Amino acid sequence: MELLLTIGKSVLFVAVVFAVTLLHVAYATYFERKVIGRMQGRIGPVEVGFRGLLQPFADMVKSLFKEDIIPNEADRPLFFLAPVIVVASVMTSLAVIPFFNNGSIANLNVGVLFIFAMASLAVYGIIVAGWSSNSKYAFLGGVRSAAQVISYEIAMGISLAGVFLMAGSLNLSDIVLAQREQPMGMFAVVQVVGFVVFVISAFAETNRTPFDLPEAETELVAGYLTEYSGFRYALFFLAEYISMYIMAALVALCYLGGWALPGFLTRALPFLELVPGIVWFLLKVYAFMFFYFWVRATLPRYRFDQLMAIGWKILIPVAVLNMVITAGVKRWLM
Amino acid sequence: MLPEIFFSYFACAILGLALLTVTRRNLVHSVLWMLLLFLHIACLYLFLNAEFLAVIQVIVYAGAILVLFLFLVMLLNLREEHEARRFVHAWQGRVAVCLLILTVVVVSLHKVSVQPTGGYTIDFINQTGHTKVLGTALFNQYVLPFLMTALVLFVPMVAAIVIAMKERKR
Amino acid sequence: MIPLSWYLVLAAGLFIIGMVAFLIRRNVIMMLISLELMLNAVNIMLIAASHYLQDIRGQILAFFVMAGAAAGVAIGLALLIAAFRNKETAHMDEYTLLKG
Repeated sequence: MELLLTIGKSVLFVAVVFAVTLLHVAYATYFERKVIGRMQGRIGPVEVGFRGLLQPFADMVKSLFKEDIIPNEADRPLFFLAPVIVVASVMTSLAVIPFFNNGSIANLNVGVLFIFAMASLAVYGIIVAGWSSNSKYAFLGGVRSAAQVISYEIAMGISLAGVFLMAGSLNLSDIVLAQREQPMGMFAVVQVVGFVVFVISAFAETNRTPFDLPEAETELVAGYLTEYSGFRYALFFLAEYISMYIMAALVALCYLGGWALPGFLTRALPFLELVPGIVWFLLKVYAFMFFYFWVRATLPRYRFDQLMAIGWKILIPVAVLNMVITAGVKRWLM
Repeated sequence: MLPEIFFSYFACAILGLALLTVTRRNLVHSVLWMLLLFLHIACLYLFLNAEFLAVIQVIVYAGAILVLFLFLVMLLNLREEHEARRFVHAWQGRVAVCLLILTVVVVSLHKVSVQPTGGYTIDFINQTGHTKVLGTALFNQYVLPFLMTALVLFVPMVAAIVIAMKERKR
Repeated sequence: MIPLSWYLVLAAGLFIIGMVAFLIRRNVIMMLISLELMLNAVNIMLIAASHYLQDIRGQILAFFVMAGAAAGVAIGLALLIAAFRNKETAHMDEYTLLKG
């Protein structure tokens, strides 16, 4: 009986996280279109519902009822499998994210590494999509994506090593708790170099502007998405936005203090303790999402050799230096 | 009972996936079966109370090595495998010899059992955390081999760049 | 508790599959893949033995094997690219440039 109750609770929690995430993704597209619209002197979607608030659902219905086209020469099983790989691996990383105190589906000791592992699985979906479509544009998109993600994952991991060293743990909850007594209550201040490297790699890792070369529409039609239509296209879209949320959550948890408030703030204003932690967490996540959209509206796309040069010649050395200095400071000065 | 069922599933899956991996004509399919195989092996490591190694297995093997394979298969566009002969001419003999070795190994191994001798009990690892236990051992007792790993990784990096670089025109 | 010998037999099976494939497949990439299979079999054996002996050394060794595997693949694939430039194939039997 006890066991059944526990299982029931977990299943309910999983279902809630799943549903809430899907809703957030729907409104992230709306948010993005509004933000970019305003930045470009337009007003964004306004037609469907009050101020266009039902626009995401209209888009969803549209993509569900579109014709599902499969190229003749495509490798059919892999063509079907690719979007599933992407969505499944991205969704799995949601399991280890603590949304509030003790609020993760699975509190793993190697939580951050788990997210890395899942992110590296998601790239298979993209490569396989590019290869199985049997089209030149899709293929180029897939190859580009493979090279890009391998390169930036290294910089990302090494930049996070500084955080691991400061927190002394790979558990996301422990990392959040370790930040309470830091300056400003976040690692972003003391680990500012790692923070910048991580943010840049996060953009590359999620294939967002200015690193959206795998789907660069001016060169590759739509990159690895070229041959996809209807529901499968929507799945890729879903996965892209969830992975943006995962990266935003990782930034919020590892660098911006997660659901916890800095110690000095709660001592000065004790009533802030009453606000549930998920509010602070979501605030930080949405601030980072806004940053994603802001960058997209501002920066042009890099060339591919520039992308590789930034990754290998700047970000990785800087991240390694940051790690070594952090380790030295922690060993001899603290 | 439950551990045995789980182990049997993983053992059968690992062997089956390995067979699928090595018999495919299409290299991309082969690499993808191997991806699934590595995920199963990572789960097996979780049984053995080695969570850090399980995640590293996924990150290093699935995230780096297999992507490298896939990247190369795609870069060289190796589709000619479809026409070329899949196996060498007289493959039956080699398989027979290998199966003979397997039989010998299995017969000699299937009764092996050991007594725990070290101090790293399951409780100790669970209490300290696997990552910390492994890291402490690695950076204290095995720090010299660890530093040598840096060399082992650095030399191939240079070598790979030099080998794969196009020759400059004189 | 699963006996250690089960893990050892599983590792042996995986190793032999890798070995057979290395001997009978002639595609360079396929041979590298079977090398990886063999290394993984070794890792399973090391980690299982480490767990049952309650000794961390096996896992440390498995860690080094992973590093070595990554290094080996990088070199192998670089060699393949170099070979592919001279002879447009990844088939082992086609590399006959040394034959008189």
